[in-house]
Amino acid sequence: MLEIERINVSYGDLQVLWDVFFEVKKEEIVALIGPNSAGKTTTLKTVSGLLRPFAGEIRFEGLAMGNMPIHKRVEMGISLVPEGRGLFPGMSTLENLELGAFTAKGRNCKEETLEQVYQLFPILKKRKKQAAGTLSGGEQQMLAIGRGLMSKPKLLLFDEPSWGLSPLLSKVIYEVIGEINHSGVTILLIEQNVRMALQLAKRAYVIENGRIVKHGDGRNMLNDQHIREVYLGTESV
Amino acid sequence: MNLQVSAQSLIFGIFVGGLYGLAAVGLSLVFGVMKMLNVAHGELLMLGGYVTFWFFSLYHIDPFLSLLPSAFVLFLIGMGLYKGLFSPLAKLHEEVKIKNSLLIGFGLSLVFHNLAIRLWTADERSVSVFYSGWGFSLFGLRFPFIRLAGLVLATIVILALQQFLTKTYFGKAIRATTENWESAALMGINIEKTSMVSFALGAALAAMAGTIVSVGYAIHPAMGLEWTLKALIVVVLAGLGNIGGAFVAGVLLGGVESVSALFVGPYMEVVGLVIFLLVLELRPQGLFGKRSE
Ligand SMILES: Nc1ncnc2c1ncn2[C@@H]1O[C@H](COP(=O)(O)OP(=O)(O)OP(=O)(O)O)[C@@H](O)[C@H]1O
Ligand SMILES: [Mg+2]
Repeated sequence: MLEIERINVSYGDLQVLWDVFFEVKKEEIVALIGPNSAGKTTTLKTVSGLLRPFAGEIRFEGLAMGNMPIHKRVEMGISLVPEGRGLFPGMSTLENLELGAFTAKGRNCKEETLEQVYQLFPILKKRKKQAAGTLSGGEQQMLAIGRGLMSKPKLLLFDEPSWGLSPLLSKVIYEVIGEINHSGVTILLIEQNVRMALQLAKRAYVIENGRIVKHGDGRNMLNDQHIREVYLGTESV
Repeated sequence: MNLQVSAQSLIFGIFVGGLYGLAAVGLSLVFGVMKMLNVAHGELLMLGGYVTFWFFSLYHIDPFLSLLPSAFVLFLIGMGLYKGLFSPLAKLHEEVKIKNSLLIGFGLSLVFHNLAIRLWTADERSVSVFYSGWGFSLFGLRFPFIRLAGLVLATIVILALQQFLTKTYFGKAIRATTENWESAALMGINIEKTSMVSFALGAALAAMAGTIVSVGYAIHPAMGLEWTLKALIVVVLAGLGNIGGAFVAGVLLGGVESVSALFVGPYMEVVGLVIFLLVLELRPQGLFGKRSE
């Protein structure tokens, strides 16, 4: 569904991605893990169109996205739940969700999707008139995810969904991500909490210093020597 | 100084203040979406006034009726200016963008100023309708009809804008872009189109203010800078992006200026600027704005 072919990305003169490649197949959950500043966020921003690669290509459902603007990619079915949530803090919870359904496809089934989102996160219904900026951290993450769903995406990109959440809340969020995947949405996930990500993901890629250094089956990665040492902090099996 | 005179000044000040508010909402809208200050905003207002003047003197169209046509003409001009001059800036880095937009704005204001002198001479003009003298008195205070109508129209336009921004999808897209353009783009909002419409809408709002100014007051080619300044003061008073607040702040500035004119005469302009500096210093988020995190 999504093919990343050796993309190179830079901020001005500073190159941060080098020949990054990976693939996400239909209805998979794929995790992209790596240390701070490895280039994970940069990768997702490039997929969603906020950044442009100076070399390499991104294909979605076989179509090269080259210079396609951001909003067109959303229309094609790519939705990003960004790092730090990226909510519209001065607008109400409901308005944030409505904006998630801005595309024609999203608008067509807005009421239905809204009900589904409220079922996943009942608290959002209670908070619907409240300004997004006044929600708690957990509620904000739920809103960000709900908003991401409102466009009826085929591919949902998550940038550290458990960021700033308690272990309990992270678990809730992860269960929801699993549910979303079961409903047929393909998922690409960035995560610092490597254990949780690898338990959920079918396949995973490891990015270090802007390069993909390893990839494989999610569960196998949990037993990988390098991963255990660097990311899980355990040596023995 | 008797109470009667002060009250009368206050009333006239409020009439003008409504127009300050109307001039300010356009500036604020454009700043919010594009994060750049259009220093030629006052010139757009001036053009709107002359369009109305033209409609009146060439086709005898009542100035209040040309409120929307004049807004429409400036909407189109705004679209052209955005496409030709401001849109290419969007791709530049923040600093360069701000610098270049100021240069373009100043350039535009000079061009429009001189164009207006060419087309209409440097004289003051005013649309004088047959009902110019109408009005009524209440408790010995004078309420001229055209100024009252100007205030009512300004209020209606601002309320309509408020409804547009809060009730329609496109209006919500404008507010979302103002709050966080990257997130807005990720919702599928076309930022380029939203910016263009916002800029054009800003020009149309300026035109409506200009139309009202041309009836109740007077227009001349050099009026632009003065109006840009007023609008800027009001935007700072109200807090950026606060539409309802801009109207209230406009009325407030108009009232304060007008009453203070009784005490300091021609220095009343300074009063506005002093308030401007005080607010910037003490309450940078504006009188009605929330402190941003
Ligand atoms: N806007 C920017 N301008 C310049 N350099 C940037 C910018 N954003 C990120 N970088 C740099 O690019 C590199 C990769 O950053 P990125 O945000 O993609 O990392 P990340 O893997 O998401 O890290 P984290 O886990 O901290 O979120 C870092 O060295 C960072 O300093
Ligand atoms: Mg990151």
